[in-house]
Amino acid sequence: MDFPSTQFVPSRTMGTYEPIHQIGMWGENFKSIGNANISASVIVDVANKLENESETTSHEMLTPSSKHDQEASKPFDKVQRRLAQNREAARKSRLRKKAYVQQLENSRLKLIQLEQELEHARQQGPYVGGGLEAGLLGISRAVNSGIAAFEMKYERWMEEQNKNMCELRSALNAQISDIELRILVESGMSHYFELFRLKSIVAKADVFYVMSGTWKTSAERFFSWIGGFRPSELLKVLVPQIDPLTDQQIFEVCNLKQSCQQAEDALSQGMEKLQETVSATLASGQMGQGTYVPQVAMAMEKLEALVCFVNQADHLRQETLQQMSYILTTRQSARGLLALGEYTQRLQALSTLWANRPREPA
Amino acid sequence: MDKVTRLVSENGLVLFSKSSCCLCYALKILFQEVGVTPTVHELDQDPEGREMERALMRLGCNVPVPAVFIGGKLVGSTNEVMSLHLSGGLIPLLRPYQSISN
Repeated sequence: MDFPSTQFVPSRTMGTYEPIHQIGMWGENFKSIGNANISASVIVDVANKLENESETTSHEMLTPSSKHDQEASKPFDKVQRRLAQNREAARKSRLRKKAYVQQLENSRLKLIQLEQELEHARQQGPYVGGGLEAGLLGISRAVNSGIAAFEMKYERWMEEQNKNMCELRSALNAQISDIELRILVESGMSHYFELFRLKSIVAKADVFYVMSGTWKTSAERFFSWIGGFRPSELLKVLVPQIDPLTDQQIFEVCNLKQSCQQAEDALSQGMEKLQETVSATLASGQMGQGTYVPQVAMAMEKLEALVCFVNQADHLRQETLQQMSYILTTRQSARGLLALGEYTQRLQALSTLWANRPREPA
Repeated sequence: MDKVTRLVSENGLVLFSKSSCCLCYALKILFQEVGVTPTVHELDQDPEGREMERALMRLGCNVPVPAVFIGGKLVGSTNEVMSLHLSGGLIPLLRPYQSISN
């Protein structure tokens, strides 16, 4: 019987280390999975099965003659072996797939977790959570701290605003004296004026921040006009809530609506002109010369006018509120302020509702 | 007599402006909307522009442009004009200068 050992050593070697190699492959898979919960016993089990499988194969290869002898008389065995090998291969494939899916699931969970952390950091304000991000975007510390300060103050402003609304609501229902109501109206008005003052400060630090309305809810931003609500919109919300008006009041309100609209249109067109100017400046000259060209510095000069526009828009809002308070009685002003406050609250509720609406799975 | 004083005494409604100033442009639009045509003087297109800017500051303007004079008197800049308009005080002042169609 011919038994060239040299010929079969490789296969024998292959036969014996193959299971280890396969365990090695499995090990690689498990390492990259990280939190894979496949227990050690499973690994051993698989390894054993692989080892048995390979030993059977190597055994087969070591005794070709015996196999050869058997061949003619037992084709059924061969078929059986083939089927067993197929089953084994299929099983291994299923296990690999399971491990891969496990890996994907864990990565997905990790991604969700990271997204939540990022969102949380963003909500905390650009200064706290986005230090690195802000640094990369080239936002100076001064701007960051200006924005952070504003966001803190705005949060307190909002709390105070909601308190004012509650007081107004109960005061109107309780039928308190006009003098007491006047105090509430004055404080409500001053509160709005305080917001405009805060905005002018942060506008000097970062006018784009004010223009973007980041500190407000999404629905509020939808209606944003030069960093805040439209004065004409304010009147539209207010006027139906303060009926009945005297003829004189109707006349005055009508005039206010008209002059407010005209002023608003003038500022809007001025803004359009500003956009055109900045755009034309940036686009001027030849292209293909890189990013840091004189056009950018020139455009920046033009852009400084944006701060003026934001201030003018807030001034218009303030004047509109002020003029309304002159036209209306104390009680009407109180109802007007309440209507305005509640309208804003509804916008905020709309934003929340929209964010939480049931969505179709992607 | 400096150019500014001369211009405002000769013209009832004067707007001192700069062609590049978008806020000035906004005021031009506003005057258009209320149906008046002011005498617009672009300081950046006047060789004496610098001198006129200084004169305007001396007269009490915080910013040289836009500066609005009605009937020879300084009304102010955008802030003042807007406030005046919303309070209903601008139209009466402008009435002598409104075009016949209004």
